[in-house]
Amino acid sequence: MSESQTINQVCIIIGASHAGVNCAFALRKEGWEGQILVYDADPQLPYHRPPLSKGYLVSNEGFERNLLMPPEAYDRQRIILKLGTRVKSINRTIKSITLEDHSIQKYDKLILATGARPFIPAIPGIDQANNLFPMRTAQDALDIRNTFERIKTKRVLVIGGGYIGLETAASLRKLGAEVTLLERENRLLARVTAPEMSEYFRQLHTEKGVQIFTNKNVTAIQSKGEYNKVICDDQSIFKADMIVIGVGIRVNKALAEEAGLTVENGIKVDASARTSDQDIFAIGDCTYHFNPHYNCFLRLESVQNAVDQAKVAAAAISGKNPVYNTIPWFWSDQYDVKLQMVGLSNGYNQTIIRKEEGEGNRFSVWYFKDHTLLAVDAINNPKAYVLGTKFIKNQQKIDKSKLVDSSVAFKPQNLLVLQG
Amino acid sequence: MTKITFITSDNESITVEGHSGSVMQLAVQHGIKGIDGDCGGVCSCATCHVHVAEDYFEKTGQAGDIEKDMLEFEDNVSEFSRLSCQLEINDSLDGLVLTVAK
Repeated sequence: MSESQTINQVCIIIGASHAGVNCAFALRKEGWEGQILVYDADPQLPYHRPPLSKGYLVSNEGFERNLLMPPEAYDRQRIILKLGTRVKSINRTIKSITLEDHSIQKYDKLILATGARPFIPAIPGIDQANNLFPMRTAQDALDIRNTFERIKTKRVLVIGGGYIGLETAASLRKLGAEVTLLERENRLLARVTAPEMSEYFRQLHTEKGVQIFTNKNVTAIQSKGEYNKVICDDQSIFKADMIVIGVGIRVNKALAEEAGLTVENGIKVDASARTSDQDIFAIGDCTYHFNPHYNCFLRLESVQNAVDQAKVAAAAISGKNPVYNTIPWFWSDQYDVKLQMVGLSNGYNQTIIRKEEGEGNRFSVWYFKDHTLLAVDAINNPKAYVLGTKFIKNQQKIDKSKLVDSSVAFKPQNLLVLQG
Repeated sequence: MTKITFITSDNESITVEGHSGSVMQLAVQHGIKGIDGDCGGVCSCATCHVHVAEDYFEKTGQAGDIEKDMLEFEDNVSEFSRLSCQLEINDSLDGLVLTVAK
């Protein structure tokens, strides 16, 4: 698309987090000359989300370091942020959006980067609970921090043993909280990792003084003055001055649904991040998209997916024919432990655990389906992560007997089955 | 202010100024092509790989352990490779020249 074609056009992006903001800048890189308007209900200047439950909660470095871009970068690229503004609806026939104050803004291209919101289960008493917070926005993190500083007794109950729950538990523990974590399944991270990883994190948190309970289904919360009584279906009771809830998310898909776009487990998009409407794209956590490598449709909650889809949508809007084809990757930091993950382990039928010799607890879990490597989880072990990424990408065959043997040096030529 | 020059894969030379934060952040803020910094600067993604000009390598120093492991199997790794998220901007880096890795 030539510049003269886009100069009088308007591109609206709904959602100013990783996906939306990266897409705005990527559009400029691709040569989009027209207006770019980015809307978000969140009033904060766009920020990095992953540190909220990690470093941000425990550091005093301030919010500035956490910004996706400094304010002047938006000015330089003529990206107009409309923060604290909720979009009410999309009218596809006249290509416009309607805002909360009923004003209307026309678009030529529309990008939905609406993300997700924390799921708050309908537990009796949850609405009246004292000091109960999810962990998704900068405001949530700030509320948790301020409340933590304010409360006299610092019994924190984390509901949910996924990454958000575990990271928040680790951070609050660092701040000196008495932390108890309840998980509904019979192990931590049950949805996303092998049992060996679950056990590793259970031990890690237990050593750090977090009390972990699995098979705990919360059935009621009673607020008692300043604190809460959290009651589980096995009649166990936990007292908490603050509760952090991290039991998953719900996709923000109402705008898309009401506009009549195809929505399944998220907003359905093609390989170019285009929705069922030619002029509307969707990117990030809210999308239900196809992954060519794993040959399946999926929804991903990750920075990688947000950033990569942002680039794809920007290229597609600029008249290119991009194909979204990446191997998903994730990371998590808890205490001084660095976890890096690559690939999707769904459908694995074997895991191989490789423990490195020498200092520190460095190991990696390799997920296979027969001879195909699907995913790698690496603990304090960037080499395993990097090599795993390469092997998965190139669909290389690995000699499992060598992989498991830590005396075999971690080098591609040592681990690969020679194709002959 | 510390002046840092980036040479991109198109052989474009861009000099920008910063006073704090990481070199990766500075590059991202100025839209330097080839530096993405997807993980936000926690040495987890290697999307901010640069080659330090030989004369300046003494100032930046060697990569740390995690960083070395992240870089070892990178394409185009060199003896002067660094992840720019691990380079903190300070006065001593004034004049630094970095080539963005392909």
